[in-house]
Amino acid sequence: MKDWRYWLAEQRGTLLAFAIFIVMFVIYTSNHPAGFNANVVQTAANKGVLLAFVAMAQTLVVITAGIDLSVGMIFLLTNCLASWLVVGTPAQTALGVIAVLAAGVLCGAINGAIVIYGRLQPIVATIATGAVYYGIALLLRPFPGGSVNEDLADALTGRVLGVVPASLVVLLVIVLVVWVPFSRSVLGRAAYASGSSETAAYMSGVPIRRGKFAAYTLAGLLSAIGGLFLTFFTYTGEAAYASGNSYTLFSIAAVVLGGVSLFGGKGSAIGAIFGALAFRTIGDLLFVFDFDPLWQPLFQGGILLLAVSLGAFALFRVRNRLEWFL
Amino acid sequence: MDGAVPLFRMEGISKRYGGVRALEKAELSVEAGSIHAILGENGAGKSTLIKVMSGVVAPDEGRMMLDGREVAFASPGAANKAGIACIFQELSLVPDLSVADNIVISDPPKRFGMIDRKAQRRLAEEALARAGAEDIHPLALVKDLPLSRRQMVEIAKALARKPRILILDEATSALTAADVSKIFAVLKRLRAEGLALLYISHRMNEIAELADQCTVFRNGRNVASYPAGTKSDNEVVELMIGREYSHVFPPRPPATVPSAPPVLEARALSWNERLNDISLSIRAGEVVGLGGLDGQGQRELLLAFFGVLRGLSGQVLIDGKPVSIASPAAARRDGIGMALIPEDRKTEGLMLPMTVRENLSFAALDRLSRGGIIDRAAEQRLIDDMVGLLAIKTAGLDAPVGALSGGNQQKVVIAKWLMRQPRIILLNDPTRGIDVGTKQEIYQLMRKLADQGATILFYSTDYDELIGCCDRVLVLYDGAVKRELVGAEITERALISSALNIDARQGAEA
Repeated sequence: MKDWRYWLAEQRGTLLAFAIFIVMFVIYTSNHPAGFNANVVQTAANKGVLLAFVAMAQTLVVITAGIDLSVGMIFLLTNCLASWLVVGTPAQTALGVIAVLAAGVLCGAINGAIVIYGRLQPIVATIATGAVYYGIALLLRPFPGGSVNEDLADALTGRVLGVVPASLVVLLVIVLVVWVPFSRSVLGRAAYASGSSETAAYMSGVPIRRGKFAAYTLAGLLSAIGGLFLTFFTYTGEAAYASGNSYTLFSIAAVVLGGVSLFGGKGSAIGAIFGALAFRTIGDLLFVFDFDPLWQPLFQGGILLLAVSLGAFALFRVRNRLEWFL
Repeated sequence: MDGAVPLFRMEGISKRYGGVRALEKAELSVEAGSIHAILGENGAGKSTLIKVMSGVVAPDEGRMMLDGREVAFASPGAANKAGIACIFQELSLVPDLSVADNIVISDPPKRFGMIDRKAQRRLAEEALARAGAEDIHPLALVKDLPLSRRQMVEIAKALARKPRILILDEATSALTAADVSKIFAVLKRLRAEGLALLYISHRMNEIAELADQCTVFRNGRNVASYPAGTKSDNEVVELMIGREYSHVFPPRPPATVPSAPPVLEARALSWNERLNDISLSIRAGEVVGLGGLDGQGQRELLLAFFGVLRGLSGQVLIDGKPVSIASPAAARRDGIGMALIPEDRKTEGLMLPMTVRENLSFAALDRLSRGGIIDRAAEQRLIDDMVGLLAIKTAGLDAPVGALSGGNQQKVVIAKWLMRQPRIILLNDPTRGIDVGTKQEIYQLMRKLADQGATILFYSTDYDELIGCCDRVLVLYDGAVKRELVGAEITERALISSALNIDARQGAEA
């Protein structure tokens, strides 16, 4: 086989998510009353990147064969924090941004430490820490409120050169400075290896713990970037429990749509980004077709069920039935 | 060689697992530029020896010296850094990563802090070429490769680390004949380059071709070291024999009635290159053993009967009639009445956090319930019978089964299946890691069940048990029945020589 075939096989999940997104988006814009224009794209991008950041965060943890149920709550916590700190002069605003990102890193690091050194199951550990993060968010913002440096907010949610949504540019930059280096670093490979077969990774002398810790910590950072953007869009902080929970669940949906295996070891954050954008577009499709918004959860659920079922076909090839349970 | 410091030396190494001693004051010296073969039967301590050398387990006592300096390895990674690479049997490859990723996994080439993919590709291609496996594409995912190719990747991966000591543990067992000759050429070249190679294999012809020095292990000790070619196969078998007998076995009946019709038969059973054309036939009241070195297809044969494997070719017959058993649930049904006592009771036999009572009745729930509701009184009666019959020692039926001793856990696994009164009982190494007392109770029970008319197929890695318990033993080698031993023919010598596939007649005569 030629090199490109292997590349294609490796990127299949990502390309499929990309294709689903393109198809959905074309249907969406061609039926949108305003058609395909910069405004429509900007609005869609601004809604999509929020989930995209949280889905990237989820990807990192899922690659290690874990799951992070606190990403939505870190997202809320950093939103509330940003509504206090990202204000004032440019210098103050910059310090505020750094503080918010640091808080996200800290949240992720706590998750990682509990899972790796405390040997707790990721699902339990992150439900617990998620509740704690939400609790802090609620104390920060018992009621919706606060503000944000509007110059910065408008710049990052507006358009670059009049056409390209700024939020997409930021997303691209984050992919380049966070995801690409991670996926090509020794720690990133350790994260993949431990998700695929922890025993084999251990036997090969791979730094399993450091790889996993890096994955959880960066997941905290990416959730915080999502939280910052939420603040830029809404100009306020709000500890909205339901919203945090749905971001967590949708991030898992986006990851699966993006071809990331929940068994670990396989997939890419870029796939998850397209998964997130596709998932958002599916929801928006109903509006352009004038469906009752009540149908949205049912419709999204159906699409998701269909997407995850595709992943189960591999089971038909198993020759030793005991491998079903591995 | 005399007087020089050996490259690697182990002195007085002991290791115990619970009450079982795996190594007892073992010694080993490895010289640079030579191939050292390690021989021994199942449980002789070979694999523990390798695990100690490669940093997987820490020894209880003893010292290891590299270049005359004392060393200790906290992890496989540490042993790696010291220059010891071990080729495990497909254990250390990460399935979702590419061949190239796997080959450089311990120490990937870096550029600006990131993995240099071009350099990685080059290293992987070099290593594959060195192992004589240029046909494997470095970008292929390991999980998509067949077993023999994976083994070649494993070898290439070890070579990429530029080790000083290379350990091969049954590294050729999954390979094709063409690969084996390539690997042999590679190993001879490595020897010429000054590496020390430790070669563990059950194939005597391979050892004869490769080894410079041989060491025989028995009961966790090194019993003899000699230059290769100075001892005959029979003398080698002689050295391997002599396990300490510590069990008492129930008397065997004089001979089973040959006229009884066969209950369980296999005709030309094959599966995935792990089972090759196996035919056998077992009558009611017979205890038939499966022998041979570990991993020759014994486990797969039992799983094949029990309906776990898909894509079997050949035929299984029950009471002379061909059947197709699609799942364990089908295997236990009335017309067939099969039970499998699995190898790993913790994962395949018991639900550890659940109670003794629940575990006991799992396999028989369909018989104890009506309309989906469990008849508690009937369950209790049957459980009481079983606890009495097997003398299970437990603080109470509602204690979690995980709290029982290993021996009592194994009794629960057996009792759980006896509750269905199975006609065909398959046992997969049921006495591994349990105490001597319980072992003897299990031997008694097997004979008792056979006397009551059950058909028993019993795999054991302990040759003693096969000698003591079985009416017949089928010795497996490379997934095929190499030899059948009946009654008085079942001796340790015959078992070991046929397990090593040494000329069968020779073994029987001596």
